[in-house]
Order: sequence, then structure tokens, then C-alpha cells
Amino acid sequence: METIILFAPLVGALLCGFGWRIFGETAAMWIATGLLFLSAVLSWIVFLTFDGTTEQIQILRFIESGSLSTDWSIRLDRLTVIMLIVITTVSSLVHLYSFGYMDHDPQWKEGESYKPRFFAYLSFFTFAMLMLVTADNLVQMFFGWEGVGVASYLLIGFYYRKPSANAAAIKAFVVNRVGDFGFALGIFALFFLTDSIKFDDTFAAAPELAQTQLTFLWSEWNAANLIAFLLFIGAMGKSAQLFLHTWLPDAMEGPTPVSALIHAATMVTAGVFVVCRMSPLMEFAPEAMAFVTFLGAATAFFAATVGLVQTDIKRVIAYSTCSQLGYMFVAAGVGMYSAAMFHLLTHAFFKAMLFLGAGSVIHAMHHEQDMMNYGNLRKKIPYTFWAMMIGTLAITGVGIPVWIFTLGEIPIGFAGFQSKDAIVESAYAAGTGFSFWALVIAALFTSFYSWRLMFLTFYGEARGDKHTHDHAHESPMTMIVPLGVLSIGAIFAGMVWYGSFFGHTDQVAKFYGIPYAEESHGDDHGEAKADDHGDDHGKAKEEHHYMFAGEPGEGAIYIGEDNTVLDDAHKVPYWVKTSPFAAMLIGFLMAYWFYIKNPELPKRLAENQRPLYLFLKNKWYFDELYDFIFVQPAMWIGKKLWKKGDGNVIDGTINGVSMGIVPFFTRLAGRAQSGYIFTYAFAMVIGIAVLVTWMTLSGGGN
Amino acid sequence: MDNILSITTFMPALAALILAVFLRGEDEAAQRNAKWVAMATTVITFIASLFILFEFDPNDTGFQFVEEGTWIMGLTYKMGVDGISVLFVMLTTFIMPLVIAASWSVTDRVKEYMIAFLLLETLMLGVFMALDLVLFYLFFEAGLIPMFLIIGIWGGANRIYASFKFFLYTFLGSVLMLVAMVGMYADAGTTDVEMLLNHQFGTETFSLLGIQIVGGMQTLLFLAFFASFAVKMPMWPVHTWLPDAHVQAPTAGSVVLAAILLKLGGYGFIRFSIGMFPVGSDVMAPLVLWMSAIAIVYTSLVALVQEDMKKLIAYSSVAHMGFVTMGIFAANQQGLDGAIFQMLSHGFISGALFLCVGVIYDRMHTREIDAYGGLVNRMPAYALIFMLFTMANVGLPGTSGFVGEFLTLMAVFQVNTWVAAVATTGVIFSAAYALWLYRRVVMGDLIKESLKSITDMSRRERAIFAPLVVMTILLGVYPALILDIIGPSVAALVTQYDTALAAAEAATQFAEN
Repeated sequence: METIILFAPLVGALLCGFGWRIFGETAAMWIATGLLFLSAVLSWIVFLTFDGTTEQIQILRFIESGSLSTDWSIRLDRLTVIMLIVITTVSSLVHLYSFGYMDHDPQWKEGESYKPRFFAYLSFFTFAMLMLVTADNLVQMFFGWEGVGVASYLLIGFYYRKPSANAAAIKAFVVNRVGDFGFALGIFALFFLTDSIKFDDTFAAAPELAQTQLTFLWSEWNAANLIAFLLFIGAMGKSAQLFLHTWLPDAMEGPTPVSALIHAATMVTAGVFVVCRMSPLMEFAPEAMAFVTFLGAATAFFAATVGLVQTDIKRVIAYSTCSQLGYMFVAAGVGMYSAAMFHLLTHAFFKAMLFLGAGSVIHAMHHEQDMMNYGNLRKKIPYTFWAMMIGTLAITGVGIPVWIFTLGEIPIGFAGFQSKDAIVESAYAAGTGFSFWALVIAALFTSFYSWRLMFLTFYGEARGDKHTHDHAHESPMTMIVPLGVLSIGAIFAGMVWYGSFFGHTDQVAKFYGIPYAEESHGDDHGEAKADDHGDDHGKAKEEHHYMFAGEPGEGAIYIGEDNTVLDDAHKVPYWVKTSPFAAMLIGFLMAYWFYIKNPELPKRLAENQRPLYLFLKNKWYFDELYDFIFVQPAMWIGKKLWKKGDGNVIDGTINGVSMGIVPFFTRLAGRAQSGYIFTYAFAMVIGIAVLVTWMTLSGGGN
Repeated sequence: MDNILSITTFMPALAALILAVFLRGEDEAAQRNAKWVAMATTVITFIASLFILFEFDPNDTGFQFVEEGTWIMGLTYKMGVDGISVLFVMLTTFIMPLVIAASWSVTDRVKEYMIAFLLLETLMLGVFMALDLVLFYLFFEAGLIPMFLIIGIWGGANRIYASFKFFLYTFLGSVLMLVAMVGMYADAGTTDVEMLLNHQFGTETFSLLGIQIVGGMQTLLFLAFFASFAVKMPMWPVHTWLPDAHVQAPTAGSVVLAAILLKLGGYGFIRFSIGMFPVGSDVMAPLVLWMSAIAIVYTSLVALVQEDMKKLIAYSSVAHMGFVTMGIFAANQQGLDGAIFQMLSHGFISGALFLCVGVIYDRMHTREIDAYGGLVNRMPAYALIFMLFTMANVGLPGTSGFVGEFLTLMAVFQVNTWVAAVATTGVIFSAAYALWLYRRVVMGDLIKESLKSITDMSRRERAIFAPLVVMTILLGVYPALILDIIGPSVAALVTQYDTALAAAEAATQFAEN
């Protein structure tokens, strides 16, 4: 069944991409979509029936060289099945949505066939992403990693006539390759030290790596920290974290369904997935994890500030994605991998929905993307409005503060409420003040720009082209249905899985298949009873405290012995638990004040604070900086090496050396031209033969 | 079939002879006959080589199908293949029919053209099979001549300069190699490669003209061979002949040059340098590793600013050969496996890329990147194939380009992390120059008037690419096809290499005590 989940999208991509001339366009698209829905249904079956035990399914041999041995195979554990449902659900809905969205695309001329290609790329992407999450070794993961990169490249550059789209596609690929540089070195280091790049082997070796020193470049490093750091560089690229984030906003050049699938719900979360997947290693790499936490918090803050002033609806959501990914990294960084996965799951639903909603708005407004030209669309496109509203409530984290009311132990609220609060509480519990405050402030900004988006788009006066506004129309059912399905996830996902991801230790342990034990008081650790699958969990009473008791590699994630963040996060003061809620409320009120009450205020503020405004508007000038310190110098050096290095130095020297024989050879060349070349060649063969024979014969005398 | 190797090797030469003697006239019928004779011969040669492959036993690490006999002037004729060389034979016979097919539109001196390519095939096959030093040298050096002719006669406007430069570079190196071979014979008393592989060349340090030569005679022999192989690879900084040769060569010439001729150097390094001079190799390895790493970064940066498509791909070839030399001189299993894999895979990928240039050169008669743009609008099949090979060139996992790069980098990381880190930046640069090229040629709107009526690939052109597409993906997904065959021989070589180093180490310590 898992094999079908994995390969159905590939089959769909091939049939759709190459077979559409035979089946016809529409049939080809339905084949791809149908296979994706099959994948999705099977994924849900696997997810719901999964018992937490890790399984391996071999498919084919891959690279084998000496002690290096890798296979194409499926590793099925809780992390994998979570990713399976996220990927296949969003992907199948995006396929469906694309029927409506990609119909009559004005980018194409009459009679051009572009839709099968689009669907083939989408399905191919899904396949690559599934390969990434099902890998049981780092090489297969790298295959998926690069495969999604290519799919992303192809889809960002889908409108190949647009120079900006082509530039964005290349930028995305190259920036990701910068990350891959680190990722690859991480793999090499791991192989060097453990002689394997299979997850099982490397996880088992993790405690030893923590005791190992590795000489890398100029210094000696702690092996676990170094490898974790190098792998994280790869994650930074894929997940658009600060310094390697510049490709993500540009990636919005791709069609909107692509942004929803790749640049919001799935591919960009691959970095978070990798950090969680490598948790046994990460737990032994405290310094690297501190860096992950710091960078995640910095990204969450940075991206949120930039999101405040963007006017392109897709770019606002793109920066929002970047920012939310920062949240996930903070969670992973403080050792709460489960909370990171929780937010990954809920975020996939509500962010995909926001993007698809934005796509619906863009579709209604005849491909206008500037929010300054929207306004008062609430009545024109009601379904889209409600979908976007639900998405906004989810991302801003609307819910009932836990000290007011909970349902049993489950907080009541939209999906983002539980998962984001889980991260903020974990950050506080881990004692990282900077990241805690960065996340709370980012939450305020998130609320502000999200409501700003809503107010500018759906409320106020219609500001754009009157004709466009008058003809704004609700999208077809193929686009509305996916929004409806995703909104269910955006409302309920947080409440349904709160316990599994962020409940008590035993709940979480069971969910991930991690052995756990009753926490014993005093020193008698020996009595701790390992309880693998929780067969007798019914006996456990409320007041019992549990602790994770797995070895690295047991269960889908590994929680170190001294990692008590989950427990601590539940015990944080109420003001901490309420702070994201308060931030959300303040953000909402400010947005209301700025864009409903007093619409002149933003403009005045932008004029008063011109430098700050420009700084944010131009995304902290990262693009300009990189162009200046990387792109231009690379071109300049390339030119110099070519003209001066190859031309003057190398050729110059060699010409100089051979000055004496040049005239001889030019004469020869002249003869070649006049047709004597065969005579010459024959003479040469004979010459060499005679020479060698003579040399060897006389040499043989010794 | 006792002499299958000789049959395979000399079949093309025989066909060339028949063409030379019996084919008369320059009319269309004669041209067609010449093409079909060449095509039939290369296909039959390929089929013959398949027999070698099927009968080959990968677990036997010695030489197989060995043929031995005396030859003129007391020399020995000895041929044989092992796991290291057999796949290079296959690569050659596989590529040649495609090369002939890609030459179907040649109209100038067709007979001579086909003769040159057929002779070239014989000589290249001979290099990979020769088990006698003199025989190897003959094949190795004589191989230059047909290539020299192909560039010099059927090349572009500046062909005389290019063929001269090509010849000058490669010939200078081979003189030193010749001297070294004489020295080897003097020392070992044989020219038999099998015996030489088991011969221990001197490793005691001595001083020559006041310079201490660590590794002694082995280092000197290594350097002499290095002078020849490094140029053939080509390694930085003796690579500048390659871009010029490629630019001037006809499409088929470029394909052979990139796909097969560049592998002679790598093969030589493995067979001779690593196999016969382990101590010398070990002494010089740090230098070679650094030259490789520099080559990767240097030529990638140069590729970034090229204006001529062929030059760009030529520079990218130099970068890819950097991975090969790096893998070889990391001198461990992954390194040598990776280097051989990279050479074979580069044969398919770079061959295909030069064919891609050829496709549009045939239509527009320019290689200027700026003359193109937006080809995807009229040539979707071309765009797809070019995309595939661009990605393979970039080393995308799932294509054969990945495996070699990955293994060689992994290998060198175990030896020198600095070199590994510098070389790994190649993955960033290669993406930049390859995609930038693709964007300028294929992507964008089709604006240029001259391109408005360009046609997509013909049936013949698609048929040429098909086998290359299959190999690139097949080897990328299931690399065991290659690794299973080369693995045991490489393992034996690595063991021998390590043993020799340990022995030399022990000898040095003994001498010091």
C-alpha cells in the first residue's frame, strides 16, 4: 500500500506529461488527479491505522560502493505518516483546484497546451516530496530534496515567457543549492565517522558522535554539533530561513496553486522535517540546536516585519510562511520536535487555504495581485471571503485562553491557536528569552498583516479598476471545494490532535512509538518499567508522571533524558500562555485602527518614518546586498579568470615556451590545410613505432 | 571466440580500410555508402562488445579474454580487460554509432570523414584493452591523429589554430611519457602491463640536481605520466586547449572528444599512476587534489561568463573532470568507484549536451548564446531533452551525473576536508552556469526574427538522443549496473595500493632504524 502511495503520483506525472496527446488534455489531467486522490485516501488509511512501530520496505538497491550501502526504500514511522497525509491531501486538493485556476490562463496564447504540463509537474513534485519523507537513508532523502527543488524550479518558471519568472526559478534553485552545499558536507561527515548513512545506523551512533572530535577545515569540532549544523544549513535553504530566504518571495512568480502546495504546505517544511527526522542526532548537539532556535526566532521576527508593508497579496503570505517556518524551527531547536510537527501540520492546512483563497481572489480580479487595487470584495466573492476569514483566524491563533475554558484538557480554538501557543510555551519553558519574545512580537505582527490583508481585500472602498471590480466573480466549484475541505482542517486539526502532539508525555510517546516509563522518585531508576506500545495504558492514572525512555532510533523522534521541555511547557505561568493571545488581539486592533477606522494613517506613517518604511519595503535590502557581494563578484572573477587567467597567463606562458617550435608547427598546419595531412599522419605513426621499438630494444640490453 | 577483443578493436579499422580502397567517387551514392558502411560497422562493433560484457565475470579481478602473441620487431601484442577497463570499451562502442548518426548531414569529404572516425574508434578501443606498454603508447598517441584531422579538416573557421593547440599540448606531454616508459622497461625488464602492475618500482628518496625526490623513482615516473594524462584529462592549468578544440570541432568530433577521448587520461591515471606508482601517487596526491578542487571552482566561474555555448559546456567538462581526478587520488573505494562512474556518466551527458548544441547549430549555424532565446516556444521536445541533460550535468540525484559527483566528494572528504569543501561549492556554481545557459537559450519569449521558423527535432535526432536518455536515467536510478562490475576490480586495486604504501612505510622506518 505504501508503495502505491509513493508511486501513484509518479505514474500520474508520466501519463499526464507524455500521454496527453493520446488521451486528450482533460483525461490526462483527471488521470493525474485521480491517482493523487488514490494516494491521499491510502495515506489517510495508513495514518489512521498506524500503530507507531517503525517499518522498513525495501524497493531497489541504490548506490553501493565499498562500505557505503544504500537502498531505495520506505521508512514508515509516525513522522513519515504525518507527512504523507499533509502532502497527499494538500496536493490532491491543489490538483483539483488547478482545474479551475489554470483554465483560460491569460499568460498563454489561444490553442497552446499548458495544462497537462502543469499537472505533470505537480504530480512529479508530489512524488519527489514523498521520496524525501519516506527515505530511510540520507541519499534517498537527498534525491527527494533535489527532486522537489527541480519541480519547484520548473513550476516557478512555468510562465517561461516572463523574464521575472525565469529569474526567480534560477534564484530558487541556486539559493537552495547553497543550502545543499552544507547538507552534502553533513552527509559526507556522517559517512566518514559512522561508515553509514542509513538512519538506523546513524541514530545508534549519535551518542558516540557527541563524544567524538572531528577535524574539519581550520579547527576541531564536536562531531555531533558539526554534522547537525551542516545538515541544518540544508534545511535553511529549503525552508527559506534568514540569509537563505531570498528565493521564497520571488518564487511567487509561479502560478498560485504552486505557491499553496510547494511554497507553503510541503516543500518549504522539508527543512523542519529533516531536523525532526534527525532528532536523535540533534539531541546530542546542543550548540547547533541553540543556533537553530536563534535563527528560527530571528526569521520569524524578520519575515513578519517585512510582511507588514508588502502590498502584493501573495508576497504577504509568502513572508508569513517564512515567519511561520521560523516558529517551527524554534520548536525543533528547543527539543520540542513534536510541537514543530504539530505546527507543520496545522500550518499546511491553513496556509494552503490562505494561498488558494488568495488565488481565488486573484482569479476573480483578473490576475490583479496588488492589494491596493482590491477592496470591498466581501459580497462579490462570499465563499472565498469566508475561507480567507477562517484561514486568518487560524493563522493569527484565535481561540479561548486556557484559563477561561477548555474542553477536557483540549484548548478551544482554530488550528493555529494550539500549535502556535505550544511553540511559544515551549520556547519560554526552554528558557530562551530572546526567542520567546521574538515569537510573541512576531505573533503581534502576524495578526496585524493578516488582518491588514483581510481589510484591504474585503472591506473598505473598492480602490482598483472599476470594471474589474464590477466583474469580479466567485470561482468555480473545483476551486471552492478544496477551500472547504482545507477549512475543516484549519478549524479542527489543532483540537483533534492536540493530545497526540502536545499532550502528556505518555500520549505523545505513544503517538510516536517512543518507549516511555513511569517517572520514579528518588534514585531507583532501575524500577522504571519500559512500556513499548502502551497496551496497559488504561491502568495509568492521571497523577502518574511519565518520561521518555527510548534509545536513539527507537520511535519516530528521540527525546533526550534531560529534555523535559514538554513537561515544563505545560507548567509555564498563565501570563505566558496568554501572551500570544494578547499579541493577536493587539495586532487585530491595530489593523482595525489603521485600515478601517483611519485609512489615511498608514500613508502618513510611511511618510513620517520614510527610512524605516523603505527598509522594510525593500526586505532589509538582502537582494541588493547579495547581488553586490556574491553575484557581481562571481561574474567579475569569472571574466578575469577567463580573459586574464586562461588567456594571458596560461596560454601566454605556453605560447612563450613553445615559441621556438611554433613556426615549425605553423608550417605544418599550413600543409594540413593544403591536404597533405594524411601523408603527415602516416609518417607520424611510423615514426612513433620506430622510435619506441628502438628505445625498447636498446633499453632491453640492461 | 578467443580473440573477441582483437575482433572488436580492429573491425572499425578494417571497415576504414575497405572504404579507403574500394569506395570511389564523391557523388551522393558514394557518400551514402560511406555513411552506411560506417554505421553498420559501429553497430556490429557494439554488438561484438556486448559479447564481452555478457561473458565478463566481475568477481574475477584479473584480466580476462587475454590475447597474447609476438608481433613485429620482437614486441609483444597483448590485450585484455578487467573491471576497470571493460566499461570504457562499452562506452566507446556505445557512443560511436550515435556519433555516426549525428554526422548524417556531413557533405564534405564524407569518405575521409568516416575513415577518420572509424580509425579513431579502433585506436580508442586499443587504449582501453592494451596490456603492453608499447602497444598502449601506440594506441594512445596515434589516437591524436584522427582527432587532429577531424578538427583540422571539418572544423570551424579557426580550426587550424585549435587543432594546432590541441596537438601541441597533448604531444608535449607524451614525450615525457615515452621517456618514462623506457625507464620502466629498463627497471622491470618487461613491457607487460600485468607484470608491471606487480612490479615494485623504487621508492627510496634520492636527490636530483639538489632536489630531494621523496618517493624516489616512483615519483619521477608518476610525474612523467602525469604530464601526459593531466593534459588529456584536461586538468587545470593545462586545460585551455579543450575549449578551443571543442569550439572548432564539428559536432561529432566534440562528442567523441568529450565522451571518450577525455577518459583516456583518467583511465591512464588509474591503470598506471595508481596501479604502478602507488608511492609516487601518494606523494603527489595532495597537489593533484588541490589542482582538482581549483579546477572545479575556476572553470565553473569561467563557464558562468561564456558567450559561446560550446565553450561553456567545454569548461563545464573540465570542472567535471576535476571530480574525476579528485576521486582517483582520494585513492579509496568510493573515490575510484566514483571517478570511473563519473567518467562513464560524463560520456553520456556531455556527449548529449554537445549534440544539443549541434541540433540548433545545424539549424542556425551559430553557437552564440545571444543569438537564441525562447526556443521552447517552437521546440518543446528539444527543450525537454536539453532540460534533462542540463539537470544531469548539474548532478541531479536520479540522473547518472549525481552518483559520480557524490561518491568522489564523499571520498575526498575522508582525505582532506578543505578540498572537499572547496570542491563541493561546485554544486552551486554548476547550477548557476547550467541553468543560466538554459534560460538564455530555451526560455523566454521567442522574439528574434531569425528563430521564428525554427523546427523541432527530427525523428533521426530524437533517435540519437533516446539511448542517451535511457542510460542517464537508468544509471542514475540503478547505479549498481556499473558499480557491480567495477567494484571488485577497484577493491583489489585499493588493497594493492594500501599494501604498497604500508610496505614502503615499513621500509622507510627500517632504513631509519
